[in-house]
Amino acid sequence: MLETIRRDLLLHFRKPADILNPLAFFVLIISLFPFGVGPSASILSEISAGVIWVAALLTTLFSIDMMFKSDYEDGTLEQIVLGKESLLLVVYGKVFAQWLVGGLMITLMSPLFGMMFYVNNDGIFATALALMLATPTMTLLGSIGAALTLGLNKGGVLISILVLPLYLPVLILGVAMIDSAIVGDDYVGHVFWLAAILVVSTGFAPLATELGIRISLSE
Amino acid sequence: MWSLFHKLGSPRPFYEISDRLLPILGCLTVIFLSVGTIWALGFAPPDYQQGESVRIMYVHVPSAIVAQSSYMIMAIAGAVFLIWRIKIADIALQCAAPIGASLTLLALATGAIWGKPTWGAWWVWDARLTSTLILFFLFIGVIVLRSAKEGSEAVGRATATLAVVGLVNLPVIKFSVDWWFTLHQSSSFSLTEKPSMPVEMWLPLVVMVAGFYLFFFYVWIFSVRTEILKREYRSQWVRFIHDV
Repeated sequence: MLETIRRDLLLHFRKPADILNPLAFFVLIISLFPFGVGPSASILSEISAGVIWVAALLTTLFSIDMMFKSDYEDGTLEQIVLGKESLLLVVYGKVFAQWLVGGLMITLMSPLFGMMFYVNNDGIFATALALMLATPTMTLLGSIGAALTLGLNKGGVLISILVLPLYLPVLILGVAMIDSAIVGDDYVGHVFWLAAILVVSTGFAPLATELGIRISLSE
Repeated sequence: MWSLFHKLGSPRPFYEISDRLLPILGCLTVIFLSVGTIWALGFAPPDYQQGESVRIMYVHVPSAIVAQSSYMIMAIAGAVFLIWRIKIADIALQCAAPIGASLTLLALATGAIWGKPTWGAWWVWDARLTSTLILFFLFIGVIVLRSAKEGSEAVGRATATLAVVGLVNLPVIKFSVDWWFTLHQSSSFSLTEKPSMPVEMWLPLVVMVAGFYLFFFYVWIFSVRTEILKREYRSQWVRFIHDV
């Protein structure tokens, strides 16, 4: 598993565009909103949580498409399946590596956008915390979609249709958490819910991903 | 009992047994739906608050109930296909999805038509409406993935996996949406409690729900039979039955 993480990270860093393009996409989506709704501080801080979350979701989907694609196309994935290491652990490794260059980066960038959207400090902290708990869930669920659509050449759009409905719980909980943090309410309950969803999806999503990879390779 | 299941699992016996079953099912559907419709539209009392617009409920509630059940049925067919690789389960899943999606759409449309005079808006971002909309998206996902490659077994299994994942997620989605915002009245029916409606109103509703279920099964079995013919048109028994 560690070997998979190392290998995937190395691959990502050799091709920095793969990491930077999604992040640039994230920055662009968020920066477009003030132009769309006007620069008023009250409106921007009210919609900040939703904007950052929707941008994070879209960015995750944008990059998840490539998660298994190149390994599938050059036959590496098939070798991994035939190889000694359990496919499940490889899936965990790949998801973790993907999250490190995607979700974690988004989380680290979020305070910047909090400030640009006039969110107060509690809100900024809650945004980062919520993203920290929810972006791994997004990557995990996205990996199911990526695995199921591997053999089909219209992957990108298809993944969005398959996976976006599944993202709804984390979206609702995450945005509610940030909103209650901004107005100064207690949000421990939301943190626990997001953490619970993360634990459950860490346990089960890779099983579906593994099954999906096997199915796609059987074609 | 088991031998019956085994029989139904392979295309030919299913085709032959359903051939006898289908006319009965069709007659029952027509009887239930026409009795229910006439009763609901002509004889059931209007609501003391909503007036005549309450009659939309007799289409809205059954379509919503059957839409949810059809997701359940579809996902169970998916699980059966993943575990036992029974071909007909794949066909059943593929055929249930469009029917379920249409019923979900019907529930949403009738809900909107009813919502305009009652709530004053076509659409409200309320929990039940939203989770029905999400149900619709889940159906769309299954349909789109299944149609990515016609007749391919791998895509069938991928679709089955998606349907099962969706079923696991559905309670979580429902919970989170409920918790998000609620305006819709609580369920019209539950198995454990006495209905809050008078008998003259819920009895036609029960007939309509039964009619919608029958309708679902009729259309479902019909399209499964069509799909069997499409996939097996080269085999001996199809040529034998249809004399081509």
